[in-house]
Amino acid sequence: MAERNDYDAIVIGGGHNGLVNGSYLAKSGLKTLILERRHLVGGAAITEELYPGFSFTTFSYALSLLRPEIIHELELTKHGFMPLLMPSTFAPMENGDYLYMGQDKAENHHEISRHSKHDADAYDAYGHMMEQVVHAIRPLMDSIPPDITSKDPVERARMAAIGSYLADLPPGVLHNLVRIMTGSAADILEDYFESDIMQGLLASSGIIGTKVGPRSQGSGLVLLYHSFGEHDGAYGAWAFHKGGNGGFTQVLARAAESFGAEIRLESPVDHVVTKNGKATGVVLEDGTELESKIVVSAIDPRRTFMELVDPMELPTDLVENIRRFRFQGTSAKVNFALDSNPKYPAMGDRTDQYRGFINMGPSLDYLERAFDDAKYGAYSKRPYIDGCIQSNVDPDMAPPGKAVMSCFIQYAPYHLKESDWDTERDNFGNTVQATLESFFPGFGDLVLHREVVTPLDIERTVGLTEGNIFAGEFLAPQMFFFRPAPGWNQYRTPIEGYYQCGSGTHPGGCVMGAPGRFASQQIISDLEAAK
Amino acid sequence: MIHETPFHPRTSAENKTGLWSHWSGYLATDRYQMSDKFEYFAIRNSAGVIDTSPLYKYRITGVDAERFLSGVLARDIRKCRPGQAHYTLWCDNDGYVVEDGVILRMSEDEFLLTAAEPNMAYLQDLVGPKSVEIEDVSDQIGALALQGPYALEILKKLAPEVEDIDYFHLTPAKIGNAAVTISRTGYTGDLGYEVWVDRADALDVWDALFEVARPYGVIPCGQTSLLITRIEAGLVLIDVDFYSSRYAWNDDQRTTPHELGMGWMFRDLESDDRAFIGRTAIERELRDGTSRWKTVGVMVDWQAWDRLYNSRGLIPPKDHTPENGGMMLYDQDLNRIGYTPSFVYSPMLQRHIGIARVRPEFGATGTRVGLEVTIDHKYDVVDANVTRLPFYNPKRKTA
Repeated sequence: MAERNDYDAIVIGGGHNGLVNGSYLAKSGLKTLILERRHLVGGAAITEELYPGFSFTTFSYALSLLRPEIIHELELTKHGFMPLLMPSTFAPMENGDYLYMGQDKAENHHEISRHSKHDADAYDAYGHMMEQVVHAIRPLMDSIPPDITSKDPVERARMAAIGSYLADLPPGVLHNLVRIMTGSAADILEDYFESDIMQGLLASSGIIGTKVGPRSQGSGLVLLYHSFGEHDGAYGAWAFHKGGNGGFTQVLARAAESFGAEIRLESPVDHVVTKNGKATGVVLEDGTELESKIVVSAIDPRRTFMELVDPMELPTDLVENIRRFRFQGTSAKVNFALDSNPKYPAMGDRTDQYRGFINMGPSLDYLERAFDDAKYGAYSKRPYIDGCIQSNVDPDMAPPGKAVMSCFIQYAPYHLKESDWDTERDNFGNTVQATLESFFPGFGDLVLHREVVTPLDIERTVGLTEGNIFAGEFLAPQMFFFRPAPGWNQYRTPIEGYYQCGSGTHPGGCVMGAPGRFASQQIISDLEAAK
Repeated sequence: MIHETPFHPRTSAENKTGLWSHWSGYLATDRYQMSDKFEYFAIRNSAGVIDTSPLYKYRITGVDAERFLSGVLARDIRKCRPGQAHYTLWCDNDGYVVEDGVILRMSEDEFLLTAAEPNMAYLQDLVGPKSVEIEDVSDQIGALALQGPYALEILKKLAPEVEDIDYFHLTPAKIGNAAVTISRTGYTGDLGYEVWVDRADALDVWDALFEVARPYGVIPCGQTSLLITRIEAGLVLIDVDFYSSRYAWNDDQRTTPHELGMGWMFRDLESDDRAFIGRTAIERELRDGTSRWKTVGVMVDWQAWDRLYNSRGLIPPKDHTPENGGMMLYDQDLNRIGYTPSFVYSPMLQRHIGIARVRPEFGATGTRVGLEVTIDHKYDVVDANVTRLPFYNPKRKTA
């Protein structure tokens, strides 16, 4: 029995892409319902007070790739959008030294020179090269890719246009793009840098969220992807949203509602209803049936194609592609409530170094060894940690004088060979804490509360298959034309009226919002065409 | 010799950049650490402390002080009761702005007037036979602004009476053993206070304030961050948005209160029987509609901005460093219709904004104008919209 019959569009999943998509659909005049399984919106971009007075960014913890168009078109500043600058990057070293990068280019030059005069100069050259590549490829990322399988002359012409565009790039840029996209992060970084600390710091962006080591082919692509973002025109710069990424998704929810979208919490969807190859609505787990001619899945490709609908209704080649679409989450979070900022002995009583990322991955070898464990089905004995003490940037995150620290951990493979994550949770937490202790003596004494988030927890809580934070690996065969599958990269599905808009679609994850936006464009233009 | 503010021993210890500017003959920090944008966000998201001591400050006392000031100041000081403050202007006989400032009414017969420029002779020459004393207390009194959403929560731990003061009100208080005046005023357009303290007690106040404030992420903030916030707040700055009529060479350099967007000061002029300096000219300007300019905001079309820079092969700049000067404004036919004396990229609004002066017929909100930009030494015009000031006006400012 259908409860209501007057929705034009139903979006399944209130993560950031679902909210972006629902906002645009509502803004275009469609009566839009966003269904969220949990008691709060945000998906993996949530902030929770897991210990009194301390706000944890349980999963996703920083912002960079969010498309500026979304900020403006959805009028997010009216609803509290506030990307706070993270003015520093601090990279502790195993010998007690450190690399501390700030906002002043010349000061950074001096700081890098302490480690290598060569690298201090190379850093500028590397930065310029990366900016050029990012600037060149942005138009491709910021548009819906052509359908590579299509014989339609329009799609063929768009393919040809990409070829022309690439051929017109400034000399060297295309070659650099290919070097980065096909090579390893280590290959590129070793071309520019000689010091372990610079190589380690920069290579970290080449492994985040992905089951590759810095010396794996393909880590260059991950490095490039993480450089796509910007903070107020500074490419590759990250910001911390006020109130964490949960603060950001609350802004999105307010924007969605301001455009007239309805958000319904604690409304898990059981399946999408189809009739004669067309979507007609959804059925919630409690049996409620909701009708709508447009149904959009903001959840990952496996759930979109294999769980919400019957794979029998889909072409077998799509089912095959989705079956082998790689998730293989390898990241975890360990978040801490701390009695105060930790001390780094070489910095004395200073804490200004903790206003941005704290990168514990001081060399390529360190990162590659951490990956070695994962290759054989274990979590890293000495993991890579991307720390962030957000209370230093936003006082709302912790009581005055206290600190809340988000730690992104790699590697933590979803499939453990000799144990399971429920058994290993505390051991893993101890491993991470011991690693932090080795960099920040006395760290353990500061811990008031510890929250371990394993890949299994990510899957259970957020619904991301195998805990992959990008809703599918950033591997070349799963990107651009092929995300999530050849022929189905334009947000449509073989079921008419059923669309996809999650991070498993182009361009991908990282709280970018682009999939949600592009999907809304596709839906709106399909509706126009059908008129 | 350059002077040092009463807080100099602390500001110089905190200034890690070695960057100072000279403000009214005092050393003022441009930015304390390498990121002025971090200081800006402290003001908008926690609270920032700004040493505003270099302002000129005049203590005006005497039984005729109110009568004196009601003739000098354009805004009716009689409506500023003891315990209140006014933002005000003073004008010349032709109705042009001499200067602007904040005046605190400490008691029935005692006022503290702040000014950006020296005004001692100007004021004294107007006293005549009235019983008024004017004392230049610029060097004696330190001023420390605490601005931002956490300002109240922090300050009330030191001086609980601040909880009871409304926007543009003030209270005497004690911070530690120091007698201070705290006014709910500032130049950031945010919730904020200014603490006025004798030079001898200044360091004690600084230390007491920071002891409470540091755990909230409060940091000292330099001039650059202050100047970003003042543009967002739509607050004008002398020698940038207007010039003192006393030192202007011609009327093109002069500005009337209406032209400066201060017409609201004269809303009750009909029931106001004062004979203040400039009144006749101001009334005539109103009656005859002779205002040459309107002060408005302009907000740049973000798509046009990005498209323009991308078309030149450049990353569109989003620079939060305030630009002072005259970027020209054009109408749709490329006639010059005004300029933007103050311009900045606002991180809060994610837009390029400017305080602009346009011909009155182009002053309606939503009017499409063209802003002149120079890219690689070539002129171009980018679309912008006329908007109301202030650009940024959080409820907490006056709540």
